[in-house]
Amino acid sequence: MSPVTRGFHGRRREEDRTDRVPPGQYVTSDFPVLSAGPTPHTKEQDWTFAIRRGGQELKSWTWSELHELPTEQVTADIHCVTRWSKLDTRWQAVSIDTLLGQVQNDDRYVLAFCDGGYTTNLPMQDVTGGRAWVAFGYGDEPLAPEHGGPARLLVPHLYFWKSAKWVRGLDLLDRDEPGFWENYGYHMYGDPWREQRYAGD
Amino acid sequence: MAGTALRGRLTWQEATVAEVITETATARTIELSVPDWAGHKAGQHLDVRLTAEDGYSAERSYSIASAPGEPVAITVQRLEDGEVSPYLTDDLRPGDELELRGPIGGYFIWDGEPEPVLLLAGGSGVVPLRAMLRHRQRIVSSTPARLVYSARSLADVIYRSELDGYGTEVIYTLTKQQPPGWTGHVGRVNAALLGEVAWLPDQHPIAFVCGPTAFVEAVAEGLVMLGYPPGRVKTERFGGAGG
Repeated sequence: MSPVTRGFHGRRREEDRTDRVPPGQYVTSDFPVLSAGPTPHTKEQDWTFAIRRGGQELKSWTWSELHELPTEQVTADIHCVTRWSKLDTRWQAVSIDTLLGQVQNDDRYVLAFCDGGYTTNLPMQDVTGGRAWVAFGYGDEPLAPEHGGPARLLVPHLYFWKSAKWVRGLDLLDRDEPGFWENYGYHMYGDPWREQRYAGD
Repeated sequence: MAGTALRGRLTWQEATVAEVITETATARTIELSVPDWAGHKAGQHLDVRLTAEDGYSAERSYSIASAPGEPVAITVQRLEDGEVSPYLTDDLRPGDELELRGPIGGYFIWDGEPEPVLLLAGGSGVVPLRAMLRHRQRIVSSTPARLVYSARSLADVIYRSELDGYGTEVIYTLTKQQPPGWTGHVGRVNAALLGEVAWLPDQHPIAFVCGPTAFVEAVAEGLVMLGYPPGRVKTERFGGAGG
């Protein structure tokens, strides 16, 4: 039972009370930026997306090859572990199903890797089945560098640190390995509806 | 990367307000008594939970303002349209109870390493950097350190007398308003200012940058242009965004 903080009433905003907003989150119309280091500026002509296993590249796509694949318009609510949620964000993206469909695999986990050294881990079943994308457009614009451009992962059903910015590929793994924030005490899975913010939640 | 060990569950703990210190017209330092606090490192943050009488609660993250070994303290900047910060800065008083859990974060920390440290603060982004300077003082570190602090006006500078008393170089730049006779820097931190004050890359410096997004983006990029390896530029946005 939490102690009452004397004199605190809070502001119960209608927009925070919809069943689309997970516990402990509030709705923002901004698009806050969070990152651990400088924003990389990889040029589109130097960008590739690779799928690897055990250090071996299985398949990779250049920027133009990625754009030859079917592009989906994705509308999704996103939830940051720092407690903001943003509803109805619109993205242009290629489904991870499309990419993994070109590679033989029965792996159980992936570790996304990025420019700048960032990584994050995800179960295979969370990046397949139409639930994860490589996104390169936001709104009707190219994805801005501070938001992860030229391309980021988009996995909106998990806390947004799993939607790795500046993504360059996936390592296929048979066991779960912590990524960057997961190594620093954040949750291995990160389901906002179960408030899995930190290890042990 | 050198990850810290995964730890067990971070549980909510009851904390009692020991003292509320007025830092500026809109910023308060809140010293907390937390019986089972496990200790923290300079640069980490914590989560605060406030609960109303009807059970409604709100949570926010704040950087820890105190040095390792000191009682837990946070410094809160009042955000006009915030839900939590106006309560913390205007209504909270000693003896009040709230809950917190932490410490959180293991990347944006300074642990007494010998390489020169460059601290760059935008507004209330100074809070975790102040914890680092206090830590440096307490452990009598000889690590060279400089603080670049961008504030709207001198009246908005948090911890000013303390910062000026460290014997560390503090370079202020005032973006909106300068007092008469101000001879310091004016305007946002730019490449020229960074070039003037940054440790040279061959000294293997480490930079900690904390503030609003535009500040962090510009400063981090400026340091990379000066030759800082990206891995030696650690960034954090000030806590309590939106709240």
